[in-house]
Amino acid sequence: MGKISFVQGNEAIVMGAIDGGARFYAGYPITPSSEIAELASLRLPACDGIYVQMEDEISSMAAIIGASLSGMKAFTATSGPGFSLMQENLGVGLMGEVPCVIVNIQRSGPSTGMATKPAQGDVMQARWGTHGDHGIIVLCPSSVQECYELTIEAFNLSEAFRIPVVLLGDEIIGHLKEKLEVMEPEEIKIINRKQPTGPLSEYKPYDHQNGIAPLANYGGDYLLRVTGSMHDAKGHANNNPQMAENYIRHLSDKVETNKETIVITKKHGLEDAECVIVGYGCTARSALAAMETGRKRGLKIGVLQLVTLWPFPEKEVQEVLSQAKQIIVPELNLGQVVSEVKKLNQWQTQIVAVNRVDGKNIHPDEILSAIGEARHV
Amino acid sequence: MSSYEHYLNKDKLPLFWCRGCGNGIVLQAILRAFAERQLDKKKIVVVTGIGCWGKADDYIDTHTFHGTHGRALAYATGIKLANPELTVVALVGDGDGATIGGNHLIHAARRNVDITTIMVNNFTYGMTGGQYSGTTPDHFLSTTSAYGHVEKPFDVSQLVVAAGAPYVSRTTTYHARQLEKYIGEALDRQNFSFVEAISQCPVHFGRSNQMAQPVETLAWIKENTISVQQSMKLTDEEKVNKFVIGNLVDREQEDYSRRYQKVQELAKRGV
Repeated sequence: MGKISFVQGNEAIVMGAIDGGARFYAGYPITPSSEIAELASLRLPACDGIYVQMEDEISSMAAIIGASLSGMKAFTATSGPGFSLMQENLGVGLMGEVPCVIVNIQRSGPSTGMATKPAQGDVMQARWGTHGDHGIIVLCPSSVQECYELTIEAFNLSEAFRIPVVLLGDEIIGHLKEKLEVMEPEEIKIINRKQPTGPLSEYKPYDHQNGIAPLANYGGDYLLRVTGSMHDAKGHANNNPQMAENYIRHLSDKVETNKETIVITKKHGLEDAECVIVGYGCTARSALAAMETGRKRGLKIGVLQLVTLWPFPEKEVQEVLSQAKQIIVPELNLGQVVSEVKKLNQWQTQIVAVNRVDGKNIHPDEILSAIGEARHV
Repeated sequence: MSSYEHYLNKDKLPLFWCRGCGNGIVLQAILRAFAERQLDKKKIVVVTGIGCWGKADDYIDTHTFHGTHGRALAYATGIKLANPELTVVALVGDGDGATIGGNHLIHAARRNVDITTIMVNNFTYGMTGGQYSGTTPDHFLSTTSAYGHVEKPFDVSQLVVAAGAPYVSRTTTYHARQLEKYIGEALDRQNFSFVEAISQCPVHFGRSNQMAQPVETLAWIKENTISVQQSMKLTDEEKVNKFVIGNLVDREQEDYSRRYQKVQELAKRGV
């Protein structure tokens, strides 16, 4: 590992993006993500990168798609209201299969909500916010170190699967300052999109018969046609029913059938755990603190941290559902992940939701008292 | 020496546009301007929006991008900034480029990214059946203004001039050779450049306004067209619903990429 610094989660995201190969940022300022824009505007030009501030989040999302197709790894950052505006062109990125990274530092909503307060209310928006069926990858950091490492991972996944990846942070993690240890360049694994080979006239940017199709760059020898409309393997608009059916299934399957490669979770004290706290983002920190305190009191508590939220880590959640007596899911929303956990519960395991939507984080004691309540049930 | 057909996707012909539509005239003017300059098709990216004119990329054999309604210039901005060597051409309509995409249009003009924008202005949403757009003339009829339109239209070219675009020209599909000349000039400028092509939609705009024959719509455009010089002699009232054609502005400025290069140099020196 390399240099140690003391930085914000938002700053670590920019450092991870640049170390992960990103050279283009387009965005629109919004609390609580603006530090990402500011640091990107300082650092990117120093490494031949580009920062451009667009007129809104609609055009920001469009610009990163364009830049990515010109061959620059590209990202944007926003929060709730901006993430809503990005849904339109996020769909173009999904339909056109364009690698890019969207950082959403969640704040309290709906609408303007409480602009400076944390929330985790965009879990389902990140999954289904743009219209139509599709797969998507969503990563959720719960520390400054994870902000850095998961941003690199987000770019790699987006290049490998030709898909927009959402880094779903929250105000607490974005503004949290703690130790960051960056990686040395030789330690960083970088994945780049496959480039086409073979005869120029036979290049098909949407022919996925042999894995994810290579993606040419604009300006290269292989003419590249990208479209948000339904299209054939060459990228020509086409509404053939069978082709459309296959393509929509491909957009979903390329994520769902590669879960083994994509999904990341972190397991803490699960070996003997009778109660497992399933946490993500800022609530994973509350969960770990609750585990530490609870274990000192003799309670057998473990934590399953969901680093990947989508595709949902079904196998890992099923493992804890089958082994523990009780599952606690703390969230800064009214239960967006706990309902996914409930869907998987074939063991009548007790599931308790701990929710807050008042702009404050969940205190570890709130989680511990939920365990207490349950024991008396 | 290759002709305009070098840039044409012949296997997608015939054009899907209605008989008498002006889009084919604009398409040919663009491809002829490419051919006249012998542009390398591997260095051209054509970016389209949504609408009848948004289908133009189907017929163009270059790199292409077909995105969402109104956002062509935003995609084009990312494409061009990430690779300044490309010739980036954005094809937009009046609903697409000046109505839902109006904000992107004025900011692209102000930002001065080297994009050649060609707007087909046929005063209507053709693809959705002839509703009024941001350029439909006052009092005119459409499928959503059957009692007469009560809004004033944008003078899109003047809007783009006011937003700071270095190059703006307007002409019509009746003046096809002048259109080709202006598109060529726009391609030659290393700046944001804008060409408005007033065009006929006989099937929707024409039919709603008692000129359903293509020739009638085209004749109406011709009769209401005046030159920049002629327009100077008219009062504002006399200029209502007239199309002023000609070069409206042509001023050299450093485009965004050239200016941003200096930012990169400063950043590298740690200033």
